[in-house]
Amino acid sequence: MSNPLHMSLAEARDALAAKKVSSVELTEAHLKAIDTLNPALNAYVHHTPEIARAQAKASDEKRAKGTVGLLEGLPIGVKDLFCTKGVNSQAASKILTNFKPEYESTVTTKLFAEGAVMLGKTNMDEFAMGSANITSHYGNVINPWKSKTAPEKQLVPGGSSGGSSAAVAARLGYMATGTDTGGSIRQPAAFTGIVGIKPTYGRVSRWGIIAFASSLDQAGPMTRTVRDAAIALQAMSGHDPKDSTSAKLAVPNFEAILGQSVKGLKVGIPKEYKIDGIRADIIAEWEKGEAMLKAAGAEIVPISLPHTKYALPTYYVIAPAECSSNLARYDGVRFGLRVMDDGDNLNDMYEKTRAAGFGAEVKRRILIGTYVLSAGYYDAYYKKAQRVRALIAQDFKDAFTKCDVILTPTAPSDAFAIGDNQDDPIAMYLNDAFTIPASLAGLPGIAIPTGLSAAGLPLGLQLIGRMFDEETVFKAAHVIEQAASFNHVPEGY
Amino acid sequence: MALTDKEMLHVAKLARIRLTADEVGHYAREINGILKWIEQLGEVKTDGVAALSSISDQILPWREDKVTDGNIQEQVLKNATGAEYGCFTVPKVIE
Repeated sequence: MSNPLHMSLAEARDALAAKKVSSVELTEAHLKAIDTLNPALNAYVHHTPEIARAQAKASDEKRAKGTVGLLEGLPIGVKDLFCTKGVNSQAASKILTNFKPEYESTVTTKLFAEGAVMLGKTNMDEFAMGSANITSHYGNVINPWKSKTAPEKQLVPGGSSGGSSAAVAARLGYMATGTDTGGSIRQPAAFTGIVGIKPTYGRVSRWGIIAFASSLDQAGPMTRTVRDAAIALQAMSGHDPKDSTSAKLAVPNFEAILGQSVKGLKVGIPKEYKIDGIRADIIAEWEKGEAMLKAAGAEIVPISLPHTKYALPTYYVIAPAECSSNLARYDGVRFGLRVMDDGDNLNDMYEKTRAAGFGAEVKRRILIGTYVLSAGYYDAYYKKAQRVRALIAQDFKDAFTKCDVILTPTAPSDAFAIGDNQDDPIAMYLNDAFTIPASLAGLPGIAIPTGLSAAGLPLGLQLIGRMFDEETVFKAAHVIEQAASFNHVPEGY
Repeated sequence: MALTDKEMLHVAKLARIRLTADEVGHYAREINGILKWIEQLGEVKTDGVAALSSISDQILPWREDKVTDGNIQEQVLKNATGAEYGCFTVPKVIE
């Protein structure tokens, strides 16, 4: 049998079904690889080998009795943002030091019910705020990919789900959970040459996921193939009475859609995404994707999303506003860090705890959010941004009268080095220029790797679909994946 | 609408984050840069556009008003730095 680490999630599933391998064997192989490779990557930050071994053993016993879940016996990573019972869940923040939830998030509950085996918790940007995984209290995550032109440089894995993207790219898990508020699944997937889907807002329950910006946050899977993403998303999805924004919709069999023809499918190309100064290789990759879909029988349609350039500033009002309100709960009283000196009053304790517990990026966003929600500025900033958000959502509604799916680049560059884009917050925010509009509109978006840059680093494309139409997104993504046959792996992994 | 150091300090107080004098100046400068960039939203005509607070089309669900969870005092207090007599402890509030 081939190296179990080199199989895709679907291949491992099939090998388990054919009794060629056991979950215990797959799990041990992954745990061993994590021990060897993780120190250089810092992708996993809380290791749970005891849980993994117990789950793997239970899974093999379950299989012997004939019960098999969608992810039966498959080792995965879980982003530190998901609350996992009895296991550190800190959103990569000092303020949640040693926080061990007494409950299990809906997503992890579902994954475990489907037989998944948890290898550990993955690193991320603090409270999911960042695009490079350089704001984590646990330290930076290192991208397993190296630039051919500057191999001595350590590259970022994207963010905020950078531990998950690095782990899956380095084959330290068949899948890892991610969350995406403005691009935090798709951009790290693009930077590490893997697949990541942010489903429609409401498809996956947010219950038990530490909140950043509640009107935008969605969880989704990060995997090495489109098929794996389809299987994993199906396991994660579904209505949950504990999340009032969770959609009461049946979950389709996403895997069943793969391989269906895209003949006659209308693929929209938004002219506004050809932003000033966009790199030539990003445009070339985009045109390649267009040609692949066209060759498969799809029809290419030029479309316009006129408010695209306002999506980023809109996001940087709405997300900080919601974050300032969500993060008000970290006050040193009920959980996590408490900092106070003798004679301090309650306010001193709040202020000192939050000063010591939050990192610089989180503080900056809380302060912006507090400002745009404060008396006198609420209408000028927050209300205004909510109105522009309505126009951005309307742009997509109009576009989807002319096309069925939208094709764009995922990120404006390949992975950059740690330290780049760090002096200017706006330069860092621009990383999410192509992913944020779909987030504001609540639409599903998938990132697929398609090729390598001149530096030998992954480049990819994004497909955006209608509300709750992940099926079309998966169908078109599968066609691109087959045509691109991206089978590069980072050297040494 | 440039943010002064005094306003920055006020915002930090509202957010319950203690800042040093250096940090006040640093964040004020950084946030002013970001706010200036955000002000391009002023170019967009939004007269008559309703503010969008949720992208979800569905109406918030209702359920019967009955207790569905509880009696978990121990679990609720388990992660607190200070817990005594079944309560969270905080510094004295009333002098």
